[in-house]
Amino acid sequence: MRRLALTAAALCALARAAAGQDTVRVGITYQPGVRPGLVVLPAPGLDSVHAMVARDLDFSDRFEVIALSQAPVSGKINFAFYRTLGAALAIELVPAGGGGVTARLYDLVAERPRGELTLPVDRSGVGESRLSIHALSDEIVRLAIGQPGVAATRILFLGDGDKRIWRVDSDGANLAAVTPAGVQVMSPSWSPDGARFAYVQFSRDGSRPIVMQTLASGTRTVLPTTATTQNITPAFSPDGRSLILARLSDQGASIYAMNVQELCCVERLTGGRFAENFSPAYSPDGRRVVFVSSRAGGQQVYTMAADGTDQELLVPFDFGTTGNSNAPDWSPDGATIAFHREVGGAPQIYTFDLAGRRLKALTSLGRNQDPSWAPDGRHIVFVSNRTGRLQLFVIDTETGRSRQLMTPGAARLPAWSRSLGRPR
Amino acid sequence: MSERHVLVPLALLALSAAGCGKKAEPVVVPQAVDTARAGPATPGPTPQQPIQPVDTEGGATRTALLADLGNVIHFDYDQDLVKPEDRPILDRKAAILMANPALRIRISGHADSRGSDEYNLVLGNKRALAAKNYLEAKGVNASRIDVTSFGEERPVDPAENEEAWAKNRRDEFEIIAGGDRLVAPR
Repeated sequence: MRRLALTAAALCALARAAAGQDTVRVGITYQPGVRPGLVVLPAPGLDSVHAMVARDLDFSDRFEVIALSQAPVSGKINFAFYRTLGAALAIELVPAGGGGVTARLYDLVAERPRGELTLPVDRSGVGESRLSIHALSDEIVRLAIGQPGVAATRILFLGDGDKRIWRVDSDGANLAAVTPAGVQVMSPSWSPDGARFAYVQFSRDGSRPIVMQTLASGTRTVLPTTATTQNITPAFSPDGRSLILARLSDQGASIYAMNVQELCCVERLTGGRFAENFSPAYSPDGRRVVFVSSRAGGQQVYTMAADGTDQELLVPFDFGTTGNSNAPDWSPDGATIAFHREVGGAPQIYTFDLAGRRLKALTSLGRNQDPSWAPDGRHIVFVSNRTGRLQLFVIDTETGRSRQLMTPGAARLPAWSRSLGRPR
Repeated sequence: MSERHVLVPLALLALSAAGCGKKAEPVVVPQAVDTARAGPATPGPTPQQPIQPVDTEGGATRTALLADLGNVIHFDYDQDLVKPEDRPILDRKAAILMANPALRIRISGHADSRGSDEYNLVLGNKRALAAKNYLEAKGVNASRIDVTSFGEERPVDPAENEEAWAKNRRDEFEIIAGGDRLVAPR
């Protein structure tokens, strides 16, 4: 009943604000009480910042965001009015000295400020400046709930048409190709500091070297330890010192780790002929590795110690009936493995909770594959053909809410960066 | 879609060889250091395999040998076994390789778009190895055969249907050395 009344009030607000510009966003409530209503107050002179922050807070899936472009009354915060919209919190954005922005968080129930922060922000909201606004959004989330958001992140992916690596901001804006035209590549993987990424290059001589590219300068280097062999599925260690990958040879696919600081010390971690081992990813403490192996027939998800010992099946399966399971990624909080598993001929995104050993399906519509965790350990980006072509989607594993990252061409193999919001 | 590195299938090369002396795919050694500003890839170094329109064996024979070497073989879904009907294709390649000791080839394995993108690289490698092992069993020295995998990254038919998938599950064969003078097997 109360929910209905609030919705009606929100619709009234929508009608009222329609006279202004775009701009009331009424979110969908999944579980009342889990996502507090949050009003983003009008911010004269900060149009770009206001629009981006409101959207970031919406995409954080922590709040039901109501963004107003025009205040009903200027001056004092109208706590009672915003409460009628279903809001418990309000964010006020005001210009600060030196080009910064101050964000003030209000508790609408207690009718008082709950905290504020000021960050240096490039207010234009285009190109690289967007990152500083996303960083502001992430700190507002931290102010409200104690953990930062993941707006100041980027996603690398493979453009299916031109076979180049592209990057896009977490909100789907600022799209750019980052590897050169005419060179076919695959499988981008971020360094933990977000400064570099590694990928597979399809060289004309049949080799599949790993290339490391620095994002800021565009400098690219072929890893000498991979120059003459076929290497696939690279992933950095959490300290950025090692790269783990699979190498193809006459003996199938085996997992190797190598030191990418000293460019040395290639170590083979899986052995045996006729078993394929690939798609490795480190745990966030760097002590274990999750990977795919076909040692029992089809592809399934295993773990081992980072030195290759203690190999064991991780995600249970029924021999002969469970579909192939691939593309595991370890969540940044260490608690959950995301991967995809074929069900009735179509891959679907699953999570496996390590403590409870519970398997959970996150998707069922179309073909969904290649999950990659956001730094909050809550959101996952993956590939889906549910719209008729391959596109990137972000899902909130808590609420199941998902959104599409718009890309002009088909997109595959996404990799979500760690936070890029803090200066390095 | 920019595809500068598309390998020219040998069968096509053979078709065009009689008339125009078309260049075979050059072998490019990966560069140790590169820069993002290099722009689109420049043409590679001097091609190693200029195909002569006519040689000692005569154009027609040569064209036929190139076509036989370039013939593609196909695989069943998620399988890497050489199909019985494709054995004569590999037998012919083995005979040509045995008759031309300087000849070296590269086999590239390909997958259809089903299955995981990264697993398909593994599967492509297995398919290339299946053909290599077959040729080895026929007496060809392993050192004369390179293998590589493209996974599902270079479909011959990008459509998503059974017909296209069947075409895409394949091994391709290209000459990487010793192809300028070919002798027909006795």
